[in-house]
Parts: sequence; C-alpha cells; structure tokens
Amino acid sequence: MSAALETRGPVEARSRYDAGVMQYRQMGYWQPDYSPKETDVIALFRLTLQDGVEPEEAAAAVAGESSTATWTVVWTDRLTACELYRAKAYRVDPVPNTGPGTRTEQQYFAYIAYELDLFEEGSIANLTASIIGNVFGFKPLKALRLEDMRIPVAYAKTFQGPPTGIVVERERLDKFGRPLLGATTKPKLGLSGRNYGRVVYEALRGGLDFVKDDENINSQPFMHWRDRFLFCMEAVNRASAATGEVKGHYLNVTAATMEDMYERAEFARELGSVIVMIDLVIGYTAIQSMAKWARRNDMILHLHRAGHSTYTRQKNHGVSFRVISKWMRLAGVDHIHAGTVVGKLEGDPAVIAGIYDTLREAHTPANLAHGLYFDQDWAGLRKVMPVASGGIHAGQMHQLLTYLGDDVVLQFGGGTIGHPQGIQAGAQANRVALEAMVLARNEGVDIWNEGPQVLEKAAKWCAPLRAALDTWRDITFDYTATDTVDYLPTPTASA
Amino acid sequence: MRITQGTFSFLPDLSDAQITAQLEYALRQGWALSVEFTDDPHPRNTYWELWGLPMFDVRDPVAILHEVHACRQAHPKNYIKVNAFDDTRGFETMRLSFIVNRPPEEPGFGLVRQETSGRNIRYTVHSYATDRPEGARY
Repeated sequence: MSAALETRGPVEARSRYDAGVMQYRQMGYWQPDYSPKETDVIALFRLTLQDGVEPEEAAAAVAGESSTATWTVVWTDRLTACELYRAKAYRVDPVPNTGPGTRTEQQYFAYIAYELDLFEEGSIANLTASIIGNVFGFKPLKALRLEDMRIPVAYAKTFQGPPTGIVVERERLDKFGRPLLGATTKPKLGLSGRNYGRVVYEALRGGLDFVKDDENINSQPFMHWRDRFLFCMEAVNRASAATGEVKGHYLNVTAATMEDMYERAEFARELGSVIVMIDLVIGYTAIQSMAKWARRNDMILHLHRAGHSTYTRQKNHGVSFRVISKWMRLAGVDHIHAGTVVGKLEGDPAVIAGIYDTLREAHTPANLAHGLYFDQDWAGLRKVMPVASGGIHAGQMHQLLTYLGDDVVLQFGGGTIGHPQGIQAGAQANRVALEAMVLARNEGVDIWNEGPQVLEKAAKWCAPLRAALDTWRDITFDYTATDTVDYLPTPTASA
Repeated sequence: MRITQGTFSFLPDLSDAQITAQLEYALRQGWALSVEFTDDPHPRNTYWELWGLPMFDVRDPVAILHEVHACRQAHPKNYIKVNAFDDTRGFETMRLSFIVNRPPEEPGFGLVRQETSGRNIRYTVHSYATDRPEGARY
C-alpha cells in the first residue's frame, strides 16, 4: 500500500462524527494493522472495481456495508461500542492473472474480519443477511464474489450440523469401504406413482443403494406426493428383502410451506424411509428446520443444490460453492451435490477437491491450490457426504474413485436407467464396476492408469458391464471450467 | 438368492489370496481387523457374533487369515465377514467390511406386509432362516 493511502486512516473522533459523507476507510472500516482474533468470522471477497475506485476504499466499503455502516455518518454510532462492531478490511491483494496484460479486468481479494457478536448463534439466515445482505448491489463495485469464509470454532459450535453425518449414515446402512451408489429416477417428470416405483425397484434390486427423486419432483398433477411415497416404499422394501441390504429412496419433501414439508417428512418416517430430501431453493431457515427435524427423527437428510449455479458459477460475481458448502455443513445436511469433475456439470478438479475436503474433513488447512484460503476447524460437526451426479457412467469408475475417494454417493441416473438391457442390468454394471475397482485399488493396482483394464476384466464375466462399457465408452464432457482456482501449486525450492 | 451385504458381494467369492490382499491393504492403513459370524443375516442385524476380539495388535495378514479359516471350520454354514476398524478421530468406525463365507443355500427373506389405515402398509423383512432356532439354521 502506498504511503499516501496510509495517511488517510481513521480520523479523530470529533471530526469523525461530523454530519456528512466520508470515505469508508476514514470511518474505520480499513485497518491494515488489524490482526484477526480467533473468534472473528473472516470473509474473503473478490472485488471488481468501478473506474476510479481504489481497492482499499472498496474493501472498506464492503466491510462497512456488510456490518454497521450506512452511506453517511450517523452520530448514533457513538451510543454503541462501534469500534467493535465495525467489520475491518485488513488486507487487499491483487488477484493473480488479472489486470493489465491479461484477458481479465483487474480484481482484488479483500479480507474482512467480523466480530463474533455481530451474529446470532446457530443462524445461517443471520450470518448471510450480514455477509451477503446488501453489498452485492453496491454501486462502486462492478462485481463482487464471496470466495471463502473462516468460521471460528466459537461460532461453528453454536450450530447443530449434519443430523446424521457420514459415519453414522454408514453404520445405519451397514455399508463400508466403498462409495455408495445412487440414481435419479428418469424421466424427471411425468411418471405415475406406480411406474415411478417400478424404476426405483429395478434400480435397487439391481444393486444400487439409493434411488432419488429429482429436485423438481414434488406433488404435481401426474403424481401426487403420497402416491409417490407409498409406491417408492413398496419398491424399497421389496428390494431390501430381495438382496438382504438396507436400501433407500430420497423422498423429496420440498413443498410450498414448512407445514407441508413437515407433513411429508412425517409420512416418509411413518413408512419407514431412512432418508428424505430437500432442495436448496427452500432457503436457509427451512433447511435448518429440516435439519433439526431429521436429527429428532433418525433421518438422513439429502440436499439437492437446485439453483446454486445462478450465483456460484461465474468467477467474478456471486458466492462460491465452497462457501455454500460451509454454510450447509453448519446448517446441517447429510448429503449435498458437490460435483463430479468428469460429468456433465461444472467442476474443476482442484475446486472440487477443496469442496470435498470442506465437507468431509474434521479440519481443513488453508490450501490455495484447492481454493481454500483459511484453516478451518469444524469443531466436531459431523461430516457431509458429497454426492456426485450428472453425466457419469461405469466406464469412468477409476477416475471417479481416484478423484472423489470412498465417502461419496456416485449417482448414475442415465447411466443406470439408460442401460440397453434394462435398469437392473444398469445397476448391476455400476455395482460390479465399483466393487471391482475398489478391490483392485486396495490390492495396489494403479487404477488411474490401469482402470480400463480392470473394467475389461470384470466385463468378461459380467455381461451388463460389457454392455455398459460398449454403450458409453467414449462419452466425456470436456469443457473448460468457469470456476477455477487462482493460485497454482508451485514446487517448493529445495534447500 | 445371494445376500449382497459387504463391500465385495457383487464379485465372485474372494479367494484366500484376494482376501489376504485386502487384509494387507487394511493393515497398511493402520486399521484393526476382526472376524464375525452369524446365522441371522437380516439387513438390520447389527451385532453378528464376535470370533474373538478385534485383533488390534495383530499386524500379520497370515495370522488373520488363520482366524478366518478357524471360524470357517467352526461355522462352515454361517455367514462370516471380516471388518477393518479405524480408530482415527472423526472415524472410529469400520472402513471396510466384506463377506468371506456363506452357507451353501441362501434362503433369503420374505416381505411381510401388514395393511393398515388407508393405503399404508407396514413392512417387515422376514428372514426364512430364523424360522428355525439358533444353531439349527442352514
């Protein structure tokens, strides 16, 4: 920072509260010497400035507008411990590979610290009303993105977190040592309850652990929710008896009101379902309500991230999905769709690795190469099972297992239901491919390179796998990701 | 039918060499191995009988395979599984669990439906094997 800027720090109290408009940094929202406390909430924003706006002033403005400030000086600040309540922008860095000489307009990372007492305990609604409440429309910024957050242990501990978590989910399902397998019923819309249940039965009977409602299956004219629930539970129980395994179907209880959602969730429980599902579009408060309900009712809670791409995908504006993942771990969901790397939906491998770590680890160290800017201690909150869904098939099993690891639900919708020999065959192909790959990996086979041979070998005795490999062999979705990391790993200089 | 509980039930039954490779993998991860058996393979029968305590201090796959053989010899018609337990904070649970012995005939399960109010049905997964007393099944 230049010497000229430093002279424009906070001003004396007397003139600070004269009526009028002054720069945010003069109001105390820019404090380059501030060292965040262990209990501070920290947010990292990506700023794209309007012409003529200085980055420190923009950072101070974001700090101000997301905490105590308004556009003009108010004397009533002096009735409060306003020094404490002001958010403090304490660091601004230019974003690598932006600005002159690059194809991207200059951007800055602004680090802002918030006093813990600015937030209500256990409330994502309150946290987000501050952090993303007003600032995203702020005129001096062309664009603004919330890249990452550090949730202090003191705040994390006020949240319930996932009602079940990965460990307990596996113990309830009695399934260990491999990713779980799922599929979304297709077509997404239009099936009657009876026909819908058929798809569920076939997929579970064939070898999947879960089948899933799609995000927009609620209670439409072609299939009302009670009909769906009744037929699906017949399918789940039939498949369980036929295989000796615990099976489940994510019954989507998303509805117009909390009363409707509770009614649907309670019916799912009465019918013996192990899992219910909600969509991100129901809102943070509704999600937290369902998380509490799920904890009370021994229910696994699946979250579909419907709508997230409207604000997570573009790199210059919105909220990154790693932040949404953190909020959802606090809010308390057991499953969350978090990207596949290889499938049809957005997902850079490094970004996805950062998100998966955020969901699954007890503690995630800062790792710029994965887009993680802060050490994050999860304070004993349970782990969220990521769900990989969208355009994946058995032929990618070695890549999926390498990228995503064991604690993940792999959802092969089209890759199960679109199998040429039928849904059971599709499910069997996926399960055989998965178990063969896990077995080989554990035996020490280099599956990244030799995965295709492992699949070929299993396909010799498993005709449905043979057919799956032949059908989807060359299907890849190779597009450039829009949401990528800004810092590439550099080799450490040797001593 | 073939009960498909466990990590590798969709594959052909594992040979001793394949079992040993998995034991070696678990030991490399620092997990503790144990052997359990049952004649009641209901999907929600959590507590199979312990074939001795988990072998926290046994790091030799041969010794563990020996226990698998001994359990098979004592209970040839039971389901037997090997579990790998991870005591790492944040897990403290099984990380791998696979069947290494099955009865020659697997009668499987029936589904008992109790019609209740409206169209609601209460389901019970019923194990045919448990119609006979413990010790006389399979």
